[in-house]
Amino acid sequence: MSRIPDFKEPDDVRARLEETGYLVDDGLAVACFLALRLHRPLFCEGDAGVGKTALATALAEALGAPLIRLQCHEGIDASQALYDWDFPRQLLHLRAAEAAGAVDADRLEGELYDRRFLIARPLLRALETCPSVLLIDEIDRADDEFEAFLLELLSEYSVTVPELGTVRARVPPVVVLTSNRTREVHDALKRRCLYHWFEHPGFDRELAIVRRRLPGVSARLAEQVTALVQTLRSADLLKPPGVAETIDWAEALDALGASEVDTQRALATLGSVLKYREDAERARDLLAARRDP
Amino acid sequence: MITVTGTEPADAALLAFAHALRTAGVDASPERVHAFLRAVAELGPARVYWAGRLTLCANHDDLERYDQVFAACFAGAGPATPPAGLPPPRPRLTVPESTAGRPARAGAEPALPPAAALASSADVLRHRDIAGLDAAERAALHRLLTAFALPGRTRRTARRRPARRGRVDPRRSVRELLRRGGEPARLGHHERAERPRRVVLLVDVSGSMAPYADALLRFAHAAARGTRTEVFTVATRLTRVTRALSHRDPDRAMAALATAVPDWRGGTRLGELLREFLDRWGQRGTARGAVVVVLSDGWERGDPELLADQMRRLHRLAHRVIWANPLKARPGYAPLAAGMAAALPSVDAFVEGHSLAALERLAAVVKGADDA
Repeated sequence: MSRIPDFKEPDDVRARLEETGYLVDDGLAVACFLALRLHRPLFCEGDAGVGKTALATALAEALGAPLIRLQCHEGIDASQALYDWDFPRQLLHLRAAEAAGAVDADRLEGELYDRRFLIARPLLRALETCPSVLLIDEIDRADDEFEAFLLELLSEYSVTVPELGTVRARVPPVVVLTSNRTREVHDALKRRCLYHWFEHPGFDRELAIVRRRLPGVSARLAEQVTALVQTLRSADLLKPPGVAETIDWAEALDALGASEVDTQRALATLGSVLKYREDAERARDLLAARRDP
Repeated sequence: MITVTGTEPADAALLAFAHALRTAGVDASPERVHAFLRAVAELGPARVYWAGRLTLCANHDDLERYDQVFAACFAGAGPATPPAGLPPPRPRLTVPESTAGRPARAGAEPALPPAAALASSADVLRHRDIAGLDAAERAALHRLLTAFALPGRTRRTARRRPARRGRVDPRRSVRELLRRGGEPARLGHHERAERPRRVVLLVDVSGSMAPYADALLRFAHAAARGTRTEVFTVATRLTRVTRALSHRDPDRAMAALATAVPDWRGGTRLGELLREFLDRWGQRGTARGAVVVVLSDGWERGDPELLADQMRRLHRLAHRVIWANPLKARPGYAPLAAGMAAALPSVDAFVEGHSLAALERLAAVVKGADDA
């Protein structure tokens, strides 16, 4: 099984991530480096669409490790996140044993709670797969009880199944947690983690990201779309567009055959960047002003 | 100022930096500081800025303070000066390590009637306007306020829980069946669980609300004991005070609150602050599906049009919007204040908030009773 490469410098991590098409700034490079070196989970916060989830995907690709994703939601519990017994298969096994005339009850019971009847959910799968990248997405949507449960798991990197025993990760998985800040995640959990706040990228980096993700789009279009989105972001909108929206917009304009932004096509595709009517109205004014001599 | 000499900053300098951060209000606990030192050891002195920012900060508010303290401690060592245009650091709540014990509350209520008479006096008190109470009555009121609870109207969740009837729970039934060696025995049932909705209180602590603010905040304190209540104060700025109110003792909570809220008795900029609330908290999820209660007299210094816009936005996000206005009980009151008039179209229930009885009524409305 492959091992996680040993990085000497944050810049090595950055170079490796850039090979996968994910461009990082200084802070994020250091964050990833420390997460790998200190075996600490990386807690990512920031507006939607700034690349928190994409970081985990890129890390997995850069490390050559599988990405295991746990999407949190309200009411998520251990049987959805950790493991569950495969009841139908256990029953089948029982019936088969009965039909074959098995009599040893103890042995039969032992067989019923065998590893092969255990369904590994994302967290257990991450402990059993090494190396692996575990993405715990939108932790703020889960309940507080689930946080406490995660805390235990992330400090020991092991889990106990009563019928089977303890499963311990040989190499702790690389853990990325993301939060949209719909509520404050408990301090006890954050204390275990490195905290990184994702800012919207500056013009140069955003342009580089767009060019990298959409190599077919003309340089001029990419430049103009990026500049427009940067303006929109400072225009006090209900939902400032993220990088994901910039890419969507450039892609949409490109699909319409545009090689540069013209007001008509920009207005027609505004829906790929702005998702509120009020925001769209503001943007229309801005776009109109832009074309005025 | 700390000067960094040699190739590696001495641990003492790093610890001094961590200490300075704590003083500035960043919760740099020993565990975090330990992680910080390890991170610096891994990264070398050139990246102290990021090592500290990643390990010592816990939320977005911390970052501003971090940048400022860093600039003060390691002038010139950082990657850049903090971005311009940041608001001044907000004083952060710190738990006072009180050695004197809790303030003696008994002293504040010398003229209180004996216990036997308390029930009747409490009954009278229930309907009195809070603004007109004397010190002794206020103390009695505060005691009565601690008994409040403010659960939101319930809603069905995606979760199911075991029940006596309802749909068959295959998981539980099969587990039972396995336990009995494959003999079908008893069917388990489950039904949808219900949970109270989140309650968000926006308490106006501006000058015009001064006679009511203290009582309303104590009400908020009692209400915030439930885990799903968020409390914010508004006057000239928006402050999240849920943390400050988490002290069990009301007096200590009020003391913590007083240090956390910088704009006590300022003017009101309801529209602007409502927008800030929605941008920072509401739209992300705090107000979604929640019961939002605004406790304010509706005096708006800013543009009422903005308030109307933001109230419409709030109304679209929230399950219910309730406005409690202490002035509503005054004889001849009509919602003429520009802010109040602008907000009313987006309000589901407009209630009073001037007395204990009115607050009881408010709690009932939050729980789902019909509009007042």
